[in-house]
Amino acid sequence: MSTLLLLVITGLGLGALYFLVASGLSLIYGLMGVLNFAHGSFLTISAFLGWEVGRRVSDGTWAGLALSALVGMLVGAVVAAATEYLLIRRLYERHIEQALVTVGLALASVALFEGIWGTDPIYTQKPEWLGETTEILGAKIPNDRFLLIACALLVLGGIVLFLQRTRYGLIIRAGVENRSMVTALGIDVRRSFTIVFAIGGAAAGLGGVLASVYYGYVSAHLGSVLLIFAFIVTVIGGLGSLTGAAIASVLVAVLQQFANYYLGGTGDLVVVIALAAVLLVRPRGLMGKAA
Amino acid sequence: MSEPILVVDRLSGRIAGQQVVEDVSFEVPASGVTALLGRNGVGKTSTIKSILGLIERTGEVRLAGTRVDRLPTHRIVQRGVGYVPEDREVFGALTVGENLRLAERDDRPRRELVDRLFPDLVERRAQRAGTLSGGQQQMVSLARALVNENRLLLVDEPTKGLAPRIVDEVAAALAEAARTVPILLVEQNLHVIRALAERVVVLSGGRVVFTGAASDLLDDEDRIQRYLGVHDAAEGQNASEGESR
Amino acid sequence: MNQQRTDAAAPVDAPTRDTTTGPTPPPAASARRPLLLLAGGVALVVLLAILPLLAIDIPGVLPGPTYTPGTLQLLAYAMLIAALALSYRMMFGLAGLLSFGHALFFAAGAYGLGMTLYAFAPVAWPSELIFLGSIAVTLVVGIVLAATVGSLALRVTGISFAMVTLAFAQAGSVLIRRNPGGATGGDEGLSLDIEHVPDALVGVVNTRNLYWLALGVLVFVYLVVLWVERSRAGHVAEAVRENELRVRVIGLRPYTVKLLIFIVASVLAAVAGMGYLLLQSGASPRIATADFTLTLLVIVVLGGVGYRWGAIVGGIVYTLLDQRLTALAGSDFIAGLPAVLRVPLSEPLFILGTLFILVVLFLPGGIAGIPQRIRTGRKQHPVETEEAADA
Repeated sequence: MSTLLLLVITGLGLGALYFLVASGLSLIYGLMGVLNFAHGSFLTISAFLGWEVGRRVSDGTWAGLALSALVGMLVGAVVAAATEYLLIRRLYERHIEQALVTVGLALASVALFEGIWGTDPIYTQKPEWLGETTEILGAKIPNDRFLLIACALLVLGGIVLFLQRTRYGLIIRAGVENRSMVTALGIDVRRSFTIVFAIGGAAAGLGGVLASVYYGYVSAHLGSVLLIFAFIVTVIGGLGSLTGAAIASVLVAVLQQFANYYLGGTGDLVVVIALAAVLLVRPRGLMGKAA
Repeated sequence: MSEPILVVDRLSGRIAGQQVVEDVSFEVPASGVTALLGRNGVGKTSTIKSILGLIERTGEVRLAGTRVDRLPTHRIVQRGVGYVPEDREVFGALTVGENLRLAERDDRPRRELVDRLFPDLVERRAQRAGTLSGGQQQMVSLARALVNENRLLLVDEPTKGLAPRIVDEVAAALAEAARTVPILLVEQNLHVIRALAERVVVLSGGRVVFTGAASDLLDDEDRIQRYLGVHDAAEGQNASEGESR
Repeated sequence: MNQQRTDAAAPVDAPTRDTTTGPTPPPAASARRPLLLLAGGVALVVLLAILPLLAIDIPGVLPGPTYTPGTLQLLAYAMLIAALALSYRMMFGLAGLLSFGHALFFAAGAYGLGMTLYAFAPVAWPSELIFLGSIAVTLVVGIVLAATVGSLALRVTGISFAMVTLAFAQAGSVLIRRNPGGATGGDEGLSLDIEHVPDALVGVVNTRNLYWLALGVLVFVYLVVLWVERSRAGHVAEAVRENELRVRVIGLRPYTVKLLIFIVASVLAAVAGMGYLLLQSGASPRIATADFTLTLLVIVVLGGVGYRWGAIVGGIVYTLLDQRLTALAGSDFIAGLPAVLRVPLSEPLFILGTLFILVVLFLPGGIAGIPQRIRTGRKQHPVETEEAADA
């Protein structure tokens, strides 16, 4: 029982990370049809800069972590918005080229990160409480899981509020459904493209800082690893669906934990098989719009 | 005669590299309803979409004397064009109220007008547009265009697939709108055309083959048969297969 | 002039544009052109074939004179990558299938041959038989794997197809790293068991032979690709890419044609993979990763998706650049630069990635598209300029 609970909560924590990356990916794809390979790089640069600022102010304290998170979100948002504005926008409506540009950006940026911060992981400090465990029903749960879950819930709530309550949210929801009709109502959807990138970048940025807490290190490849799983989550959840991304994040991560524990560390393999199975049975994913 | 509100000059349109509108030229006068007619698949919808820049196009389009064919769609619409697309294209996941709010461009949107024209929609504000009947969706689509003060309306097959009672309601709304704004109307229902249109433009094979007063076409059974391929005998009710959904 | 105008208004969609849409040469020239191309091609192959016997030195491009093993090794590697890129282009450029799993089949060729050679090692057959038998087994495995993955993945289209192929490749990559039963060597990679490999293909002194082998693989892949493209299946695949619905209406089954192309391209990748194993005397898990497939995509786009020889040019340019930039990164010149310049310039992938972005942005059609662009003059993108002005 306690093992089960530990696996579920750890899965939820990992799922929270996946969601922070997948939410942006899914929104960007849903609205713009762009598969953003650079999303992992948004995460990595945020993790690095968040760490650089946080450790200079107060390493391993809550204040330092909060500052890191803020910096991470800001960096993620700015870098993502700049990417959209400077690179993606120039290739308006040419989806394959847009994806290709993000591929180039991902390759170049990871190389640059290696150049600046080296190829080895850099171990990070975190507040003491996060390194301890809390006992729930006999299961010793690492505390950082709770932080991850709480942050992901906050981000989910924030994005939902934004989508439901603001005019840009309205435009984005309408655009995911039928972009050309939005322009035919006299609305410049491109502005919402930048916004969606910024939101996705901020979420990924927060994800970067939290990933460095979860894994205990930052490295140039932090984003690339999470990106593959986030892609899988996005596709299983249904491209363009935020709810789908949230559900799939949890499913994938929990499944992965269970397979790792009970099936001899085959988590990655099982997730991949799950993706193939979902796509073959239901090509549009769990919550995606009909193709 | 006053300046036409819309001048289309040698307009061509392509979808996925395929020519769907070829060298079309016509004008829409600054008042009344101009009907854009032709057999099925002749490129009426594509012509409307080319005017709005929703598909690739070449040629000239002038709105109130200004060229708009180099502008992106939203800029053209912002210059005062209301668009009611074929198949309504309401946002199904959004509520009726959200659909309307999204469409509001003016500082003082004409909400009372819309509420008066489509009382059905008032009580359905919070309902998802995707769950509405075809007729109600059409009203949402019309309301999105009428909520703003426009210089021109482009209305594409507003009565397609609707029950006769709803057709009358839609026609009445268009007639009311036509008192203040010129309309370019694509329509199959000759009954509706007779009631609304003053001028007609007929397309065939992607080109304009007839322009003139509506009566010149509609009083001539031969021309109707030749250009539109229908007999007018059945009161023009070729779209009476009942309300969809 | 009118032509220019309609052309310019179309969204310039480089990957879907094919050479056939270019301006047709005058009739007199067109009759001679295929002959000239053929002659040029043969001459090029001959030149490449005698390269190991010459002492051509291109400082900055090649690490040494062309007869030295180091240079031959690099050139052979470049040709294998070119062959692999060519097979990838056939799927992506011809059939419009954006796969993220092509690396799987390259790895299947390399690891397949390597593992089969180990498996056969204790058998007391003649070495030649074991070597050829291993190749045959690997080919069969490649075909079965391609048919399985292809028939499943092709049930979905577009991004979903890309994701299913990515998933399978990822599974393969994970398996290789996991080193089941010590068969793949895990992170260390798999070394070539030379016991049954012909002596002519082993050792630094025989790099020449490996070079010729790589050239042979490249020519073979090129001829197969050419044959597929000219065949009825190739034409149907092209039509499917442009307009799947229309092909369906004509009554052809796009699925079968796409599957066929997928299998052929995958098996060609496996062939290139076998060449890689022999040339490198081993296989590293890197060749099974998604990053490796992305590199292929970069190579194909860099060279020019619309052109067969674009993939070859891309493969060779990329490999040489990668190698030379790595050499540059370690040079004294770079070490002497201030950090702002030194850090980015010492990362070959940073330069290649940036180069790639610039090509996508400013050079649709890739390197192979340059002559075409010079002939037709630089095209403006009206949509783009207007959007930019509007922003």
